[in-house]
This record gives sequence, structure tokens and C-alpha cells, in this order.
Amino acid sequence: MNILVPLVVAIPLLGAALTLALGRRSRYQVMVSVLSLTAIVVISAILLVLVDQHGPAVVHVGDWQAPWGIVLVVDRLSAIMLIVSALMLLGVLLFAVGQGIVEGDRETPVSIFHPTYLVLAAGLFNAFIAGDLFNMYVGFEMLLSASYVLLTLGGTGARIRAGVTYIVVSLVSSILFLSAIALIYGATGTVTLALLAERIPELPGDVQLILGLMLLIAFSVKAAVFPLSFWLPDSYPTAPAPVTAVFAGLLTKVGVYAILRTQTLLFPDNRLQVPLMIVALLTMVIGILGALAQADIKRLLSFTLVSHIGYMIFGIAIGTEAAIAATIYYVVHHIMIQTTLFLCAGLIERIGGTTSLARLGGMLKAAPFVAILFFIGAMNLGGIPPFSGFLGKVALFDAGVQVGGGLNYLLLAGGAATSLLTLYALARAWNMAFWRPRRDVENYDSAMLNALQDDPHDEGTVLTKTTSPLMTAATATMLALTVCLTVFAGPAFDLAARAAANIDEPSTYIDAVFPGGAP
Amino acid sequence: MSASLTLVIVMAVMYAAGIYIMLERSLTRVLIGFLLVGNATNLLIFIMSGRPGSSPIVTGTALDDTMADPVPQVLMLTAIVINFGITALLLALIYRSWWLAQLGDEGDNLTDEHAAETTEDSEVTFRSSTDDEAAVQASLDASEDGSDDDSSGADNTGNSDREGGTP
Repeated sequence: MNILVPLVVAIPLLGAALTLALGRRSRYQVMVSVLSLTAIVVISAILLVLVDQHGPAVVHVGDWQAPWGIVLVVDRLSAIMLIVSALMLLGVLLFAVGQGIVEGDRETPVSIFHPTYLVLAAGLFNAFIAGDLFNMYVGFEMLLSASYVLLTLGGTGARIRAGVTYIVVSLVSSILFLSAIALIYGATGTVTLALLAERIPELPGDVQLILGLMLLIAFSVKAAVFPLSFWLPDSYPTAPAPVTAVFAGLLTKVGVYAILRTQTLLFPDNRLQVPLMIVALLTMVIGILGALAQADIKRLLSFTLVSHIGYMIFGIAIGTEAAIAATIYYVVHHIMIQTTLFLCAGLIERIGGTTSLARLGGMLKAAPFVAILFFIGAMNLGGIPPFSGFLGKVALFDAGVQVGGGLNYLLLAGGAATSLLTLYALARAWNMAFWRPRRDVENYDSAMLNALQDDPHDEGTVLTKTTSPLMTAATATMLALTVCLTVFAGPAFDLAARAAANIDEPSTYIDAVFPGGAP
Repeated sequence: MSASLTLVIVMAVMYAAGIYIMLERSLTRVLIGFLLVGNATNLLIFIMSGRPGSSPIVTGTALDDTMADPVPQVLMLTAIVINFGITALLLALIYRSWWLAQLGDEGDNLTDEHAAETTEDSEVTFRSSTDDEAAVQASLDASEDGSDDDSSGADNTGNSDREGGTP
């Protein structure tokens, strides 16, 4: 089964090369990228089953034994992240293909889109299966460079402006990550995670704290944790709808994955618990307050994205096995739902011509199916029972109550308030875009909406008002997947719990990499 | 672990200067700042390899004990390649944002407009000008001064004329 592990990165990279060579034949390009991502979905499904039954799959690249060679590790957490992100990438790709057909490939030059998208996928998978910090850095850089290109696709003024903010912020965080790797190598003499897990706890406490903080800050920029989240709502909404969906669903979660992996494996003392908790609370509350003040659906969703990262940081901060299980479940839920909601926003933009709430109205009649899709998605994100958003939050709060303490209860209150405010913000958006009759739009007067009307990033209205069936079908399928996460919540949560058990017991990971004990 | 004090000082100066320049508004300065900070980080990785030594080739003799640590050099090489790629992308981005700042969104339509109203000769001029900076400058001048500079624009592309126009 180990042969499958490197394929996860190799197939998208080969696909990227092929699609680049097929630059002028968009039909073949689409075929190659759909096929390679489908292959990844199949491979990661097989990996998930095998890893769940037989323990972590480890590949020593080139047969150079760790810690001298590059080691790729797929444990349960990696396998879960792999399959979820592969499914999301495939769904969004189909949506993008549908949109490309409708637009005649004008807005998004397809010849660049497919190779870049596959490189993004390869970087993402590489970051998930990396068994050492430096390989993780390479994975990050791959997906970030691809994301720079995707964000500035077409090179319009607004996208270049948004792209510059995003790129400069990402560069700073990458450099911080690399400096942290250098210092960690200097302190321990290795970058292999499994060996670091043994050597870092032997370091003096203050050195550990500095190394942990550097990694945490670098990853927090990527995960958009307050106060390092300021760049996100300004940069994501300007990109084409499918690109925003992938960024929102997956790019921030790589940061969360990296925080989860490093904080639990390398710094098990959890001495950053209190600052993490405070940061989680601020992320939740300030993020959602930002969402309430938005007049544009894409920006509103970007703020809810930032806000809900707080829940995952909360789970990581608690650090018990139950909390980690809840966090993993919540990450999966959030990847799926946030991607789907951004795709819905893409559909709304097609049909309504804009995503500004001040100009949308009467969409229920125009597009009843999209109304249902957005409604289910909104209820799910807002945490209405019985959806997975509710289940994830309950599990998280339950883990918080088990630990107890004033700070935990404060976060519980903050989390509950955030959930309600999310519901309010999304219900308001749904009401204004779908429920309100078209004729009310002309006479509707709101001081806030008028003030927000002059959005500097507003690209204006979209001229094509048609959607292809493929776009709607892709969105509906992805929504069905999120509902599956609710219907099969029992098995899904059990899997998350088993993954958390692996994480809570780092020796599983270490023994898999060093069967004969660490050198 | 011992390290050269000179390297440490150079690294510190590069970090400080790089971060200072990155805080400027101009994109070109951000790029220069990024280059400085990126290379300072490379130096940091290099410093982490400790004292200098012989080349890391196992010979089975006493020399093996004085080997330099090869791993940071490998990490550094990878980091340099990545920085190089990002720098190329940033340069393209800076060029694009300069283009937009000079001409606005209309800049993209410039080529087509002129192609429609001028002769076949200058149509070739403008098509091939998209990938040649000198030719772009010429077409910029032409757009400012009317048709006076048409001949100089044609001259410019005489040297850089390529088949197929855009790559």
C-alpha cells in the first residue's frame, strides 16, 4: 500500500505538466485534471481504509531511512484531510469547468487555470503527508505560489491590488516559518517530525516556547487567526468564485492542520494554552462581528470563515483527546460547508448579476433550487440541529465542559454567541437576496448598506446571467456530501475519535517512522 | 555549536534592512526587502550548520570527524530555488501593476483599438509588442503623441519581430 502514498503528490504534478502541454486544447485539459483528481479521491479513500485498519503508512523516499531521508507519513488525520480535500478540489474543479463553458473562458484563462490548480492540489497533499517540517514548508510554498497565480488570474486592477496584500502577507509568514525551521534544526539537529517529537521536549522550556511561538505565528497567518486575519476578507472575495471556494475551504485549513500537527506532536506540554484560548475567543467574536457589517455575500462569508477558525483553535487549545476529535470533525465539516457556500455565492453572482445584498432580491422566484442550497448550507454553518455544524460544536463544547474552568466557560459562551450571530448574519443575507420581493430593492433604504455600497473591491455586475447545469450539479453534490457528514455522523465521529487517539499518543506516529526506536 | 560572528552580524543587518525596506509602500522596495530577508534566512540556515569542515564525503578515515553538516546546505538550496520562483512572480506582478497604474484597465484594449484602425504593418507592431518591453514603451509613446511616432514603433519591432506574436 505504501506505493500509493507518493502517488498522491506525483499524479497532480504529472497532470499539471500534461495540462500545461495541452494548453491550447481545453477539452483535453479538463479531462486530464478531472481524471487526476478522481484518481486522488480513489487513492485517498483506499489509504484511509488501510491506514485506519493497519496503522500509519510510512514511505522513506528513495529508501533513505529517516531522519536522513525524506519521510512521508499518512496517519488517520492525514488520510482524513487527504480525502476531504480531494473531494472538495474535484467538486470545485467541475464547478469551474461549468463556469468556463458558460463564460467562453474569457474571465479565467483556462490554459493557466488547470495546471495551476493541479499544482495547488499537489502542494496541499504534500503538506498533509509531509513527515518532516521542511517538506511541509515545500508543500506550503507549492500551494501558495499556485494560489498567488490563481488569485491574480486575469490580472484586473482589483485582483492585482488584492493579490499584492495577500502575497506580501504570505511571504512574511513563509519567511517566519523558514526561520523557525532553521532555529529548530539548530536546536535539535533534525527536521523530521518523529525525531523532533522526542528531542524538543528535552530542550529548555524557554527555547521550546520560542520555537513553538514562531511556528504558531507562521501558521496562524495562513489559518487567518485573529489578529493575523486582517488580510483574508480583503483578498479572497475578488478572485473568481471557484478559486475563492477552494481558498476558503482548504487554504486556511492547511494552517489549522499544521498547528494541530505541530502543537500536539512537537509541543505536547501545551504551554501556550491560555494565549491560544484568548486568541480563539477573539477570532470567533471579532470575526463574526465583522460579518454582521457586510453588504456583500462573499465578504460576509469570508468573515464567517475567519470567525469559525476560532472554534478549531479552541479545540486545539483544550488539547484533550475528546477536544481533538471534535476539532477534526469540525475541520472536516467546515472545509465542506465553507466551500459549498462560496460555490452558492458563485451561483448567486451568476444569476443575480452581483453578490451585493443592496442590489439582490426576489431570487427565490428566479432560482428556487439555489435558494434551497444556500438555505441548507446557511443552517448548517449556523449550527442548527441536526446538521454537522451543530454536532461539531456540541462535541467541542462538551470537551470544554469536561475540562472545566472559567476560561473554558467564557469560550463556551463566546462560541454559542458566535454560532447565533452566524445564523443571524446568514439568515439576513438569505432573506434579503431570496425572500424579499424584487420591487422592494428599489425603495429599500438602509444607512449601513448605503455606507457599504462603495466597496473598493466591487468588480461591478457580471454580464452573463446564465449558469450551466454542471455548476448547479457540482454545488448540489457537495452540499449532499455535507449532509452525508450529518447522516453518517456516528461513523464519521468515531473515525475522528480514532484519529484523535493517534494524536493524543504520539508514540504511534514515532514508532511508525522509527520501527526500531528513534536514533 | 560554534558559528562565525561575521555571518551572524551580516545576517542581522540583512534582516533589519530587509524588514525596514519591506515596510515601504512601493512594490519594488517590498521586493528588495523580501530578497534581503529571504537571503538573511538562508544565512540563518547556513549558520545552523555550525563550524566549517571538510566536504561531507565519507572516506572511512579520520577526516570524517571534521565533516561539515550537509543538511542545512540542502535546505538552503531548496529555499533559494523557491525564493527565485517567487521573485520572478513578484516581478511579473509589479510589472502588471505598473502597467495598470500607467494606463488603467483601458491599457489592455490599447492594442486592439489600434490594430483595427491602422494598416496591416502596424498591426504586426502591436501584436508582437505585448512581450517586448521596449516595444511596449514605444506603443505607450505612440498612444500619447498620436501617430507621429508610428515609424519609430515600427523600427523597434523590426528587431524583435517574432513569429506568432504572443507566446
